[in-house]
Amino acid sequence: MRKPDRRRFLTTTAAIAGLTSCSSKDQPPAAQASLGAHMRPYGEPSPYEQQPVRVIRELTASKGTGSSRTPLQDLYGTITPSPLHYERHHAGVPSIDPAQHQLLIHGMVDKPLTFTPAEIHRFPSFSRIYFLECGGNMVGDLAGNPPPTVQASHGLVSGTEWTGVPLATILREAGLQPEAKWIIAEGADHSRMARSIPIEKCLDDTLIAYGQNGEALRPEQGYPLRLLVPGWEGNVSVKWLRRLFVTDKPAMSVKETAYYSELRPDGKAEQFSFVMEARSVITKPSGGQSLQGPGFYEITGLSWTGTGKIAKVEVSTDGGKSWAEAKLQQPVLDKALVRFLYPWQWDGKDAVLQSRCTDETGYTQPTRDQLIATRGPHSGYHYNAIKSWYVRADGSVKHV
Amino acid sequence: MSKLALLLLTATLLHAQQPKTYGFGKPATADQIAAANITVFPDGTGLPAGSGNAAKGAKIFEVRCVLCHGNKGAGKEGRYPALVGGQGSLGTGKPKKTVGSYWPYATTVWDFIHRAMPFNQPGSLPPNDVYSLTAYILFLNGIIPENAELNAQSLPQVKMPNRDGFVRAKH
Repeated sequence: MRKPDRRRFLTTTAAIAGLTSCSSKDQPPAAQASLGAHMRPYGEPSPYEQQPVRVIRELTASKGTGSSRTPLQDLYGTITPSPLHYERHHAGVPSIDPAQHQLLIHGMVDKPLTFTPAEIHRFPSFSRIYFLECGGNMVGDLAGNPPPTVQASHGLVSGTEWTGVPLATILREAGLQPEAKWIIAEGADHSRMARSIPIEKCLDDTLIAYGQNGEALRPEQGYPLRLLVPGWEGNVSVKWLRRLFVTDKPAMSVKETAYYSELRPDGKAEQFSFVMEARSVITKPSGGQSLQGPGFYEITGLSWTGTGKIAKVEVSTDGGKSWAEAKLQQPVLDKALVRFLYPWQWDGKDAVLQSRCTDETGYTQPTRDQLIATRGPHSGYHYNAIKSWYVRADGSVKHV
Repeated sequence: MSKLALLLLTATLLHAQQPKTYGFGKPATADQIAAANITVFPDGTGLPAGSGNAAKGAKIFEVRCVLCHGNKGAGKEGRYPALVGGQGSLGTGKPKKTVGSYWPYATTVWDFIHRAMPFNQPGSLPPNDVYSLTAYILFLNGIIPENAELNAQSLPQVKMPNRDGFVRAKH
């Protein structure tokens, strides 16, 4: 690899510094010639920024059923701005007046109860940063048909500080009975989508959430109440939560049998495969971007796992022949997006960039071949293999 | 431990103590629960009274379902899923997942039609119509005869071709 060009480095540094302290003519940057703008009750991005946007894919002729993907390539850090959180809806986005909404808990409880959102807000609150990811994220890569950008391939994941009440608190209020083994959570959307969740997870870290990055949930994220099941496929984090049915058996609902089950090569399907295992992806440079000639680039991306914490992320710039450990942006949080950073001196030749993560249990992200060798090509969900980006000598970046 | 320290510790504990329950929420009435509880389990729990058969279901399908699901449940445009076919395909290179080939429980068909279909008017089908549509889809898949009468007793008895095709994931 070529040594860093000191002259170029100095020029670049001076150019960056010029943005804040001195111009290229060694003069201070001009101050505003007139008084600044008025203040705004609800702030907006700079008009000079190209606003990142979600990419929407409708699945039916009627709007609102399908998915939208987070622009991972345009975001910094690990928190997804609420308007850019990915979406997956099964019957459109409901518009719910909290004054008209209720959450019912019934079944194997001593006291069946209803709660208004306002009553849920009265319980002691709990805030924590978690990722949320659709179980079908990256399915195009599994199918051998990788989309051109990281937004299109990996954008069904987002990172959020959620606020709400531990589900365990609500279950204690209703008096959980000892034979309870599952809770069937149901949404108030048009399809009344429902999933069965094992009681252990409900009592562990599951939340009834009403806050998203310091504000009320966005309608697309389940306003006024949603379930938030950390580290598990997003479908179980039922939005627009209206009912919790405590039972001793799963409902075998359509979304836990016909969908969100993983078909193996032998024709059997794995069911209730909830946990999103360790995965990582380089978001910059990534497909559709271009490098402006040889020199220094920071390779950066995201890693996350539903099993707990990410222990290590490695980066390869030679298609997996050699690996070097990336720096993890601190703090590394449990079941949350982790930002990794790797300094790269590009020599201007063709390169294949990859990232590979290992979680705190020692599990390492597989290659696509390894994944398909064990799970087959039709598993459909929970794909988590290593992603490659091909940097060409002309600076363009393509999917592989 | 000094008396003062003990006093402070006690005060801290008392201050931090939270009640076991808070008394928030209102008791749910039996009527409220019955109105909201639409879950149907594989053993038939949750199925209401009523009945239907495939002949009646075919007529309802023509009016309420065919627009998306196509003639005889063949699916449409690659975006509306086929309801029929694919039996024996799951372990092959081209698996086709349909109600007939993949779904393990007939009760799930009833639950899903009742809860979420038709897509633009879910909840609008009375129980008899849901029994009839379920019967029609099962008949199209060769699972029940055309004249079979489905009700809360007979529906859970229907054994789907892929009933034993699911295993609990280890992760």
